[in-house]
Amino acid sequence: MTDREHPPTIVLNGEHHELPGATSALDLIADVTGRELQTDGTPADGGRLGIALAVDGEVIRRGAWSGFALADGHTVDIVTAVQGG
Amino acid sequence: MSWTIDDVEMSSRLVMGTGGASSLSILEDALVASGTELTTVAMRRFDAESRDSVFTMLQRLGIRVLPNTAGCYTARDAVLTARLAREALETNWVKLEVIADEDTLLPDPIELFSAAEELVLDGFTVFAYTNDDPALAKRLEDAGVAVVMPAGAPIGSGLGILNPHNIETIVSRAQVPVILDAGVGTASDAALAMELGCTAVLLASAVTRAHDAHAMARAMALAVEAGQLAAGAGRIPKRPLAVASSPFAGMVTAQ
Repeated sequence: MTDREHPPTIVLNGEHHELPGATSALDLIADVTGRELQTDGTPADGGRLGIALAVDGEVIRRGAWSGFALADGHTVDIVTAVQGG
Repeated sequence: MSWTIDDVEMSSRLVMGTGGASSLSILEDALVASGTELTTVAMRRFDAESRDSVFTMLQRLGIRVLPNTAGCYTARDAVLTARLAREALETNWVKLEVIADEDTLLPDPIELFSAAEELVLDGFTVFAYTNDDPALAKRLEDAGVAVVMPAGAPIGSGLGILNPHNIETIVSRAQVPVILDAGVGTASDAALAMELGCTAVLLASAVTRAHDAHAMARAMALAVEAGQLAAGAGRIPKRPLAVASSPFAGMVTAQ
């Protein structure tokens, strides 16, 4: 549920995060990573993004990001590779 | 002699993980010195502060990535982490790690097996980090994992190979490659793993936490190569008593 007083809020990587309005997964990932993305989810600069997305514990494939509308209450995890054995 | 997984040929039999290094530059130097062609990474929440990422570095170095499911306690979490890794890093390869508790970091066999079955069905090439248990190793192989990776000793312990007999038994019965994973402390441990018949050795802390990571990376590369050569060279049998290597005939004796 959203209304004018309460913008939609998601849990992004464990923290509450207000969405500016209608936001696709692609918009959010571009914002968080600071990379411009094409509609297929690949970086506009031709490099590799190295990012994956889960919403409510389900992986959303890269190609589906642009059509995936984030909604109030979604739990969103954006992950990448880090150093690890 | 190279080894192959999924038609990917690798000549280095040292798989060096990226964990434990105090900086990316030390890690990069050690990875290059080790000659590794395959390295592990963990999957964690994206942090905008660390944009100069390990992933970017590995792409630059041309080292293939083997994502792990480190930190997962359940099959459910491990399967989700593997799927996220596949999506993020565009690889079907996964080092499946499902731990039982944080003191030993040893695999939970029940959750591990369950996750292995699910990931194999989902099309993953599973490198299963397992206990040094020949029965479990066989069950994992039967479930379709591509590589069995028994621990020599707990992760990061540097205790070496605590049960060489079990590792040898796992190797002798396996139809898939066996990689000794975890517990390596120094070069002789890596050489022993290869002498026991392992296809490769996976280590991280032994190099990244060594006082001189560069030197230890080189030592490990040489040890793995030496161990593999020795394994194929046909060692002499162990005997209870000496066998003279100089002839007794023609000796000069004091009168």
